[in-house]
Amino acid sequence: MSSSVLITNGRVVDPSQDLDGKLDVLIEDGLVTKVDRKIKANVTVIDAAGLIVTPGFIDLHTHLREPGQEHKETIATGTRAAVAGGYTAVCAMANTVPPNDERAVTEMIIAEAARNGACRVYPVGAVSRGLEGKELAELADLRSAGCVAVSDDGKPIANAQLMRRALEYCSMLGIPVVAHEEDANLNEGGVMHEGYYSTLLGMSAIPAASEETLVARDVILAALTKSRLHIAHLSTAGAIDAVRAARKRGVQVTCEVTPHHIALGDDSVQSFSTNLKMNPPLRSAEHREALLEAIADGTIDAIATDHAPHHFDEKNVEFDLAPFGVIGLETAFGVCYDRLVREKVIALGRLVDLLSCGPARTFRLPGGTLREGSLGDVTILDLDTRYAVTNTFASKASNSPFIGETFHGRAVMTIVGGSVKFDIRPGVAPAKPSKKTAKR
Amino acid sequence: MRTQTSALRSRHLLGIEPLSPEEITLILDTAEGFKEVSERPVKKVPALRGQLVINLFMEASTRTRVSFEIAEKRLSADTLNFAASGSSVEKGETLIDTAENLMAMHPDMIVIRHKHPGAPKMLADRLPASIINAGDGAHEHPTQALLDAFTIRERFGRLAGLNISIIGDIAHSRVVRSNIHLLTKMKANVTIAAPPTLIPAEIEKMGVRVVHSLDEAIEGADVVMMLRIQLERQGKLSFPSLREYYNTFGLTPERLRRANRNAIVMHPGPMNRGVEIASDVADNAERSVILQQVTNGVAVRMAVLYLLGGAHVVE
Repeated sequence: MSSSVLITNGRVVDPSQDLDGKLDVLIEDGLVTKVDRKIKANVTVIDAAGLIVTPGFIDLHTHLREPGQEHKETIATGTRAAVAGGYTAVCAMANTVPPNDERAVTEMIIAEAARNGACRVYPVGAVSRGLEGKELAELADLRSAGCVAVSDDGKPIANAQLMRRALEYCSMLGIPVVAHEEDANLNEGGVMHEGYYSTLLGMSAIPAASEETLVARDVILAALTKSRLHIAHLSTAGAIDAVRAARKRGVQVTCEVTPHHIALGDDSVQSFSTNLKMNPPLRSAEHREALLEAIADGTIDAIATDHAPHHFDEKNVEFDLAPFGVIGLETAFGVCYDRLVREKVIALGRLVDLLSCGPARTFRLPGGTLREGSLGDVTILDLDTRYAVTNTFASKASNSPFIGETFHGRAVMTIVGGSVKFDIRPGVAPAKPSKKTAKR
Repeated sequence: MRTQTSALRSRHLLGIEPLSPEEITLILDTAEGFKEVSERPVKKVPALRGQLVINLFMEASTRTRVSFEIAEKRLSADTLNFAASGSSVEKGETLIDTAENLMAMHPDMIVIRHKHPGAPKMLADRLPASIINAGDGAHEHPTQALLDAFTIRERFGRLAGLNISIIGDIAHSRVVRSNIHLLTKMKANVTIAAPPTLIPAEIEKMGVRVVHSLDEAIEGADVVMMLRIQLERQGKLSFPSLREYYNTFGLTPERLRRANRNAIVMHPGPMNRGVEIASDVADNAERSVILQQVTNGVAVRMAVLYLLGGAHVVE
């Protein structure tokens, strides 16, 4: 049975149950049935000696671009990028064409993921019809069709009354509203962070206050409505302060940061590379230091990639004219392991928490744990290998800010529901990827 | 003690920021020789004979485009002017494709003016030709700063230690950025003045003094450089009206009295008379060097073209 495997000899790191030790993991019929020393079972054995075995990574913030923008990415290629980065599940943002603002689109995404996806896909529905920020989409219908959260990501919700009503309505549905926080008036056509480097380069700029003012508003609305608010791609010191203060008052607010905001600063934009253009923009050193502190002290709930594929042609233009966004699924672990664990900001267990358990808690998803009875979703990491990033990706796109860099550590095997979806273990003939994901 | 240098390190001129003080001095010294060429009856030298220079002007320009073209012709280069209007750019061709198609005709140098910062660097990263930045968005306009420095040096014999005040729309000006790089590298004291709405973030980190009073900026200045105010910015949250701007930051003969006795007035053009500068100042032959700037522009651009054209680059 392909959905049953025994992973032996690895170091199991599962912060959801405070596990860190040399243990075997048995997955039967797609579910974890046992985590123990020296398990014997009559199933395919995967030798993970020298490797780290963790609950599968979950990305709260992925743009799969299908339907409508298949020249950038598809559900098939995006999920292949996901498993190549150790992700066993991704949350697909709603800004497709047409947007995921009605049941038919949600169902199409789920059906295509079942047909051609390499990992689990959890759709995120739109907050507003057509992402226009005017009236609520049919949120209950989206929820029942399978959406795990709602978001107009890519755009802020400018209208405070719409945000208030969305939060209230979603509290009934038990899902969070995911907020893309920026004040479009303050941004005024900005393409990078406002600071010394935007001045040096003469670029129109996005002030930190653009994010900070909207986060301040939305934590107040989350308090008013007693609803769950999740802040997407948080990038500023002031927004972190607002989240901390709100939590202290008991507001239900969670937040994510991206690997690129951790690793890169606005100074790098001096190269004018359009693969450094994203929204929110790369910030200055004081904001990055605040992010690292918030990651270390537990303020941040999840690391999310904001994987935003664009076609080469779209990015091969002047910086001002290029679309915002970078890909991130395949580089996320290497970037975070290097910048956070090897530089001693956090321990490996906390990183696994940020990539797996935290995301599961935040959106209340299955997975994010190797407890008996949970999903057989496992990521196997090799911390000793080097990953030299080239412009070849499993993703259809190559708009990565990390091309040319080399990272320590990489996912070498990704198992979804007991099926091996990705395997590049050194010195081992690749296990046969199951189902139809091998070819494309 | 001055280190002598006889060549530039890069085959491109993308901005002043990458230049060393020695390279700046080399360009200015070289320009002195070329200024003399422009005063001869036969205003031509064979330095760039057989070389093709393309002037790729993707944004409106009079002074800079004409100045480059004259400089190229006086160096005997073959020149070709390319403007965005009437070209394939209007059919949606990208900058890279346009440039690669021009490159297929083997130009030695491309002079580019573009409204987006970084466009010259995009070409330099991809093409074998020497790229000269003739102004990219609000980023840099290196030949303007060089001609300004040439004009100041011509009058004062030096740059170091001079008090230079730059007044106007600092936020949207490429001229001011290139000038700040150049003047601070050459050890001049730079003050910038504007309403806070026209001062970009953290510009003091570029080594300048920031004031919000015209009188304070002019007090003790050797050079008063006025920048153009884009008329379309009035009433759009940058400042309330042109009337109020003129009353607070417009340069008049009375206000100029606070400057040093030998102070000069500069403007990169085009001027808005009665907005940032009164005609009585702009046309004051004793103070204003605005037309000398234009004359010197040709000599400085000849120097840049000469130093980048062929055997003069170390690289």
